Amino acid sequence: MTCEDERNNPLCSNPKCGERNRWCVTSGQLVKLLQILVKMGTHMLLKFDQVQKSYPGGRPVLRDVSLSLDRGQTLALTGESGSGKSTLLNLAAALDTADGGEITLDWTNLSNLDDSGRAALRRTSLSLVFQQFNLIPSLTTGQNLSFHARLAGCHDPDWCAHLADRLGLTDLLDRYPENLSGGQQQRVAIGRAMAAKPKLLLADEPTGNLDETASATVLDLMLSLVADTGAALLLVTHSQEIAARLDRRAHLTGGHIE
Amino acid sequence: MTLTVIQALASHWRAHRLQLATLLIGLALATGLWSAVQAINAEARASYDRAADQLALGQYDELHDPTGPIPLSRYVDLRRAGWQVAAVLDGHLRIDGRALRVLGVDMVAYPALPAVTQLEQSGTPPDPADILTAPGRLLARPELEMLLAGRASLPPVMTSDALPPDLILTDIGVAETLLDRRGEISRLIVLHDQPSAVASLTEIAPELERTAAASQLETAQLTDSFHLNLSAFGLLSFAVGLFIVHGTVGLAFAQRRAMIRTLRALGVSMRRLVWLIMVELSVLAIIGGILGLLLGFFLAGALLPDVAATLRGLYGAPVSGQITLQPQWVLTGLAMALGGTFLASGHALFRLSRMPILSGAGLQAWRSAASGNWVTALAGLAAIAGGVAALLVFGGLIAGFAMVAGLLIGSALVLPYLLARVLIVLQRAARGPVAQWVWSDMRTQLPGLSLALMALLLALAANIGVGTMVSSFRLTFVGWLDQRLTSELYVTAADDQQGQQISEWLTPQVDAVLPIRSVELAHPTGPLFLYGVIDDQTYRQKWPLISSSPGVWDRVMDGAAVLINEQLARRENLWPEDVLAITPTTSMTIAGVYSDYGNPTGQAIVSMAQFDQIAPRAEARRFGVRLAPERATDLAQALRDQFDLPRRAVVQQAAMKAQSMDVFEKTFVVTSALNILTLGVAGFAILTSLLTLWTQRLPQIAPVWALGLTRAKLARLELLRSVLLAALTAIFALPLGLALAWALLAVINVEAFGWRLPMYLFPADWVYLLLLTLCAAVIAAALPAIRLLRLPPADLLRVFANER
Amino acid sequence: MSVRICLILLMLALPGFGRAQGYAGLGGSAEGFSVPKPGYQFHFPQDHGPHPSYRIEWWYLTANLLGEDGRDYGIQWTLFRSALKPTEKEGWQSPQLWLGHAAVTTPETHYFAERLSRGGIGQAGVTADPFEAWIDEWHMRGPDLEALHLLANGADFGYDLTLEAKGPLVFHGENGYSVKSADGQASYYYSQPFYDVEGTLHLPGGEVAVTGKGWLDREWSSQPLAEDQSGWDWFSLSLDDGDKMMAFRLRGDRGDFTAATWIAEDGKATAIPDGSVAFEPLATARVAGRDVPIRWRVTLPDRDLDVEVSALTPDAWMATRFEYWEGPVQIIGSHSGHGYLEMTGY
Repeated sequence: MTCEDERNNPLCSNPKCGERNRWCVTSGQLVKLLQILVKMGTHMLLKFDQVQKSYPGGRPVLRDVSLSLDRGQTLALTGESGSGKSTLLNLAAALDTADGGEITLDWTNLSNLDDSGRAALRRTSLSLVFQQFNLIPSLTTGQNLSFHARLAGCHDPDWCAHLADRLGLTDLLDRYPENLSGGQQQRVAIGRAMAAKPKLLLADEPTGNLDETASATVLDLMLSLVADTGAALLLVTHSQEIAARLDRRAHLTGGHIE
Repeated sequence: MTLTVIQALASHWRAHRLQLATLLIGLALATGLWSAVQAINAEARASYDRAADQLALGQYDELHDPTGPIPLSRYVDLRRAGWQVAAVLDGHLRIDGRALRVLGVDMVAYPALPAVTQLEQSGTPPDPADILTAPGRLLARPELEMLLAGRASLPPVMTSDALPPDLILTDIGVAETLLDRRGEISRLIVLHDQPSAVASLTEIAPELERTAAASQLETAQLTDSFHLNLSAFGLLSFAVGLFIVHGTVGLAFAQRRAMIRTLRALGVSMRRLVWLIMVELSVLAIIGGILGLLLGFFLAGALLPDVAATLRGLYGAPVSGQITLQPQWVLTGLAMALGGTFLASGHALFRLSRMPILSGAGLQAWRSAASGNWVTALAGLAAIAGGVAALLVFGGLIAGFAMVAGLLIGSALVLPYLLARVLIVLQRAARGPVAQWVWSDMRTQLPGLSLALMALLLALAANIGVGTMVSSFRLTFVGWLDQRLTSELYVTAADDQQGQQISEWLTPQVDAVLPIRSVELAHPTGPLFLYGVIDDQTYRQKWPLISSSPGVWDRVMDGAAVLINEQLARRENLWPEDVLAITPTTSMTIAGVYSDYGNPTGQAIVSMAQFDQIAPRAEARRFGVRLAPERATDLAQALRDQFDLPRRAVVQQAAMKAQSMDVFEKTFVVTSALNILTLGVAGFAILTSLLTLWTQRLPQIAPVWALGLTRAKLARLELLRSVLLAALTAIFALPLGLALAWALLAVINVEAFGWRLPMYLFPADWVYLLLLTLCAAVIAAALPAIRLLRLPPADLLRVFANER
Repeated sequence: MSVRICLILLMLALPGFGRAQGYAGLGGSAEGFSVPKPGYQFHFPQDHGPHPSYRIEWWYLTANLLGEDGRDYGIQWTLFRSALKPTEKEGWQSPQLWLGHAAVTTPETHYFAERLSRGGIGQAGVTADPFEAWIDEWHMRGPDLEALHLLANGADFGYDLTLEAKGPLVFHGENGYSVKSADGQASYYYSQPFYDVEGTLHLPGGEVAVTGKGWLDREWSSQPLAEDQSGWDWFSLSLDDGDKMMAFRLRGDRGDFTAATWIAEDGKATAIPDGSVAFEPLATARVAGRDVPIRWRVTLPDRDLDVEVSALTPDAWMATRFEYWEGPVQIIGSHSGHGYLEMTGY
């Protein structure tokens, strides 16, 4: 983690996975930390506070959205098409910036981060699974699987091997994404996401492109891995069935959480 | 319906303006460079033809006196014996530093010249009395009027377009005054209608030699190799331009597959679509072709003066420095644009026409088409082998070019395979995830870029090859000049008598006075310049012999042997111990061959005694003077003062060398210009390829970005990728360029100019070229990189946006 | 001899020069050049030689010949001098131009050749004593005008003839001052019409020995045509009774001008004034793309002359730089005989 990142982070969350509870704060920052601890519970991982977001044309997508997610908690985000589910997810993933309100992820206020700060956050704190275009076409399954973890600098070969095994990918490691089925591709995506042992897994309709059988397998695998690693999950779906399997559920209507 | 379909097809170009611009620019560049070269060649050839027609050259037999000028009385003798001949006095005049050829003809007896006929038919035909009687008139092209008009020493000027450039045509009576060669005749032209019975030449003028019209060396023939060289360059540029067209058209077709599928689903037949697309391509080709012609016209206009200077310097061939729009190359240019477009898009069109109505969008399929698979590589190896075989089996200039073409095309085809192999190796060696991704991503980019990289390879190889040739030539030439121009002073006296006086005056003051005497002989192999030399250490030590037999100088000075230049040796395959027939009656053994650059004609050197026997009346008014170099300047001035010589009659060695180098440099101006342009086109090809790949790049980049790489880093990686590919290509281009240089020096030069040059290596030039290439790559990748840097995240997010 | 082609030469030097007035520029002005005046006293042999201060001059020989094969032939040998300036200089600088025309006319064919040169270099010229007129290898060489050797060659013909004068020189007009128009244009003009000719013609079919009669015209001037005159018809007629007549008609916009000289057997010449001789074309032939009269009625009532003159060969066209018709003719009618006809400006 660079010094620049440190300036933007009130807390220096350690880049090395598994050692992230090590403090590295100055006395000045300690005061700030205490304030934050008072403000939000220590279990809180992700918090949306009065978040607003509009499209470039000015049409509002999210209006005063407030939402919170604790560590290890799973949350299903449902809503109609165009209700702003994906936008919310993109904001949570630090892929996009909010127009108003505050988003806090792992004690980091996202609106205080610049492009590289957000990129660093994406590398180290969270993982993403999309409906499609998830994998890097030019890399093999094995390379894709370990890619995120290696980017984050916490590659653990044993863990990766374990993941591959769990996900049934061991025989497919040398294949390229274009030679995999949709279900296989999504399993690789989940594997890649979990290889970095993220605190937060963000999934946008991960089974949207899959048939029923594959869909069930992928979802089972994802939920069990999340449970095993203690990661939190924010899952965007329009399926009530899937939503029912998660700890909590939030419903977006017209850019607003009900 | 057709109109609707056209609107639909055309809408693609509206949406992809940059693509359209790329296509047109590619076509324009290809056509432009090609047409420029064609225009230059056409202009030069037209100049030769005009000169030949206007001066009725090569249509008549000629009579020469190998020993010197023909006296006027000889002409009258022949005439009074019934021979219908016409007198010509040919010489050079330097006006304000510009060398002009003065052609004095007997306007009364000479066959009708187009230039004169044109004047007669003009609104104000000149009075024959003005032309034939003092002061006479000078006929020249309009552009010379400024130079010649209003000079007290010159007769009034009349202009005519029907004359070759840099030539003054005048009556022989005016010319003999102008050239100060009274009563002299350079040659006699044997007119067509001879009386039924005339005495034979041997009875009237046995010293004269008759040359058949057909055996006179034609300028066009002489310069063929030069023009072939230019054409080859033009073709190379054209090919490089076509790479751009190919890439753009392929992408446009791929992007339109969905539209075409829809159109077919709506009931438009494939046949109709193919026809309409062909019409569309033709229209684009014609627009691009016209742009190219404009470009070519201006380019040719810019380059022609240097080409003209080269042709004058190298071959003495007069070429007008002005380009005129000639239908010949306009039509060729448009035809090339059309042909090139269909050549470059034929494959894409064919695939489109065979596309099943229900197939997928197929961008992926298009990309893999140009991939570096081993079949293409094998085809490349076959092309290289074919070229080499052509040279080994057939030999000659055309085969030389065939080999170069095979080498270049073959290497270009092998390149993607080689690059792919290298990237695989690099990827395996890579440690970090980003590095691994970069290498693998480059491999996926490779198919889309390989055409541009092939173009870059060709341009780089041509640059290295031609650069090596020119630099090797320059190094050789400088060394050769040092050997050839050994005298400290070069003196030209007004006439033989003054020459004698100067020689006597100089002899006690200097180390040596070396007479320079030469005569042009009509030889079966073309004009042969015979030189006489006296025995001097200068020659023995310095003369640049490339092949000799033992005791070469002793044998030459004893009058037993002759030296010939490399051109003659190679052309006629004459080497030491062979025999050269200098005149029909004099044959001598060849003792050595010397290198001789800058002229295409044959030369021979004999001892002065021999020379005197062969050409007793050849002028003896030029000398080289050997003395201590530091005295040269003073002595030059003393000579001028003593004999009232004009400045240019006494030239110092340094000035002479500078002049020679100047001619040399001009010779390669065009080559260098075309070289740089080709490199520029290749750079542009990379840019267009990167831009056309742009839309496909996002899905590759977006996941990486989402995984936590900043856009700035991704942009830097984009630059790095482009630079790395260019650098790899440059590395492969080096051996290819050196092979090309070898072919140019050892094959093409020998065939085209008659001399073989040693090859020198110039690593500093390669480094420079590499830096230039990297710069080009950075510039080419800069636009996509900046675009990436400024890309709104929303655009990247759109990649993930689902069609929900 | 009449006006004759001559001035042609003025334009000849450069092919195609010639857009001046009158036929072949003969109507030009005479600035700087000498002009013939009445009462000139001829001096021989000097006057057989050139007169460079006059613009035009010629040595013009025609002959009617009979071959050993019994066929009629005609030959022409002409040397024209044309001065660009009224001076002479050495070498290429000479402003004097020389033009040679030679022809052989057989009953079927007309052969001709042309030579061109400038003075000053020795390629062409005339000397008076000993007499020689030459251009290239062509020559008319005497010791003097009494006995001449004549030679000319073309690509497909040639001749080699000797001439011997059997009578005196004849002076036309007023003692050699020959008027050419009502405006007073004139030339110096004398002839030697009494040559016996003998020699050989070289023709494509072989050599032919010939004998016959020759007629030499000497004329020089500077401006022999009036501005309105466009051409002429000139006759030299040798009648079987021994008399001869030179007659010409200059065709002008303001009317024709005619003149003639009646030459008695002993050489006595009588000038015949304008309007006395009548010329009437009887038939034309299509020659070289034009209609040229090849049969004429010529009448001179004073001498009871009323003859029909017809060409031996209609196609006696001189397709030289300046084109004209020149060929042998036969005479029938009140008198019989033979002669030469020259027609220009058709």
